[in-house]
Amino acid sequence: MSASVLYDAPGPKARIRNRVYSVIGTLAVIGLIAFVVMRLNDKGQFAPEMWDIFNYAGVRNDIISGLLTTLQVFAVAAVLSLALGVVLAVGRLSDHKWVRLFTTGFIELFRAVPLLITIYALWVLFLTYKNDLGFTGDGTEFWALVVGLTIYNGSVQAEVLRAGINSVPKGQSEAAYALGMRKTQVMVTILIPQGVRAMLPTIISQLVVTLKDTSLGYVITYQELLYKVQHIAEVTVVNDESPYVQVIIVGGVIYVALCMALSALATWIERRGRRAKTGIAVAPAEQPVAAGDALDVVDHAEVAGPVDTSKKN
Amino acid sequence: MNLLFDYFPEFRDGFLGTLSLTAASAALALILGIIMAGFRVSPIPPLRAFGTAWVTLLRNTPLTLLFLITFFVMPQILFPGTSPYKLAVGALGCYTSTFICEAVRSGIGTVPIGQAEAARSLGMTFFQTLRMIILPQATRTVIPPLSSIFIALTKNSAIAGAFSVTELFSVSKLLSDKGYPIGWIFLWIAVAYLVITFSISGLFRLLERRMEVSR
Repeated sequence: MSASVLYDAPGPKARIRNRVYSVIGTLAVIGLIAFVVMRLNDKGQFAPEMWDIFNYAGVRNDIISGLLTTLQVFAVAAVLSLALGVVLAVGRLSDHKWVRLFTTGFIELFRAVPLLITIYALWVLFLTYKNDLGFTGDGTEFWALVVGLTIYNGSVQAEVLRAGINSVPKGQSEAAYALGMRKTQVMVTILIPQGVRAMLPTIISQLVVTLKDTSLGYVITYQELLYKVQHIAEVTVVNDESPYVQVIIVGGVIYVALCMALSALATWIERRGRRAKTGIAVAPAEQPVAAGDALDVVDHAEVAGPVDTSKKN
Repeated sequence: MNLLFDYFPEFRDGFLGTLSLTAASAALALILGIIMAGFRVSPIPPLRAFGTAWVTLLRNTPLTLLFLITFFVMPQILFPGTSPYKLAVGALGCYTSTFICEAVRSGIGTVPIGQAEAARSLGMTFFQTLRMIILPQATRTVIPPLSSIFIALTKNSAIAGAFSVTELFSVSKLLSDKGYPIGWIFLWIAVAYLVITFSISGLFRLLERRMEVSR
């Protein structure tokens, strides 16, 4: 139902009333923003000296290196989590019971435990065996973060992929078997490509979650964007104050811009997929991936096309 | 086994901390989320724009960043000296409210058009239609996604532990600083989270069955 069903097409009186409400609403929103800006101004947060810090090459280099670190973690974790996702999804649809049991347990455990707890546990573990594992510098934090993100997002991506594979019409795999393809061939050449296509927007939405979660490196003192900007504020003193507000605004805008760009890509692919008349329906990008929870997508897709490849041979 | 019993008070405090943090921010998120959903379907353009901006911005903000904002920027604007617990509830509540808003909005979309049309032809205003006709009927479709949103909220509340709020993550940090094997700590913390998330999904399944009506 479109929103306009909820209210009548406004008549002359209602149009005036709506206009009055519009003005009040606009004023309220503007007032809120003005209040925030004024309060920050009163505290001297908009003093030119406070913002002058960004003119120093050191501060700029710190922000850039933080940004590159964040992107690096994201790139490695994204690739690894997609790879793990494929492995786990195939494992969960396997014909062998023990493989199914193991992957299901793995997925359910790491999806239920907060990512931060996993990353922290890995960090402590890696610190303990630092020398045996041969980590140098901040390699410990890097790998704790990457492995944690991979395990968690891999589990979620596995569920997304499984939903995608299940949404492929049964006829596809039946036809492939009839052509004499083997199990692996059917999975690799028929089911996974179509499943990925159907789930591409959801997969990218989950990548946005991965990008957002790289900020958890802040907690394990990894030198990513947020930690770097917070560190800048800690060591700088301007007007007897640390410029926390300024660095958080700058760092935050960079982070939010990155995430929004990636979200926009997901929406674009979804719209592109919907335009195509052939193939199976593309899942919406804006499903409630409530911080990496693919439960709804999975439930939805299972209703849409339950093809249990695990029982077929 | 020993670890749990030796440090039972810590584990209990952490468990209760996570529980109360989740409950408080869930309540805040519900209220904010429903208000924002109302904004997003309202006939007044600036409110619609505000709702959309709220959802798009907060959805694309990492929760850690939101925590930094509430802990370092918020006290500059209002209420300096608020306790970390309240600030954490604020951050978690605002973040989760965007997901609730979207769930409620799609729930509103599932109510048959005839309901709203009938309400309008009875002369009900927008607010009356929403409050008495649409939202009560939308509840049924909103409950399943709410369950997974609250489970995600429980998991997200772990970040508050890094900002000096007592809950399960801070317990795990405390014990590992004392030198206990991380494997066992991880296991017990995981069990504690599993208890909470399973209770939430059980509770919601019960609620779902209660409200089930054949349509």
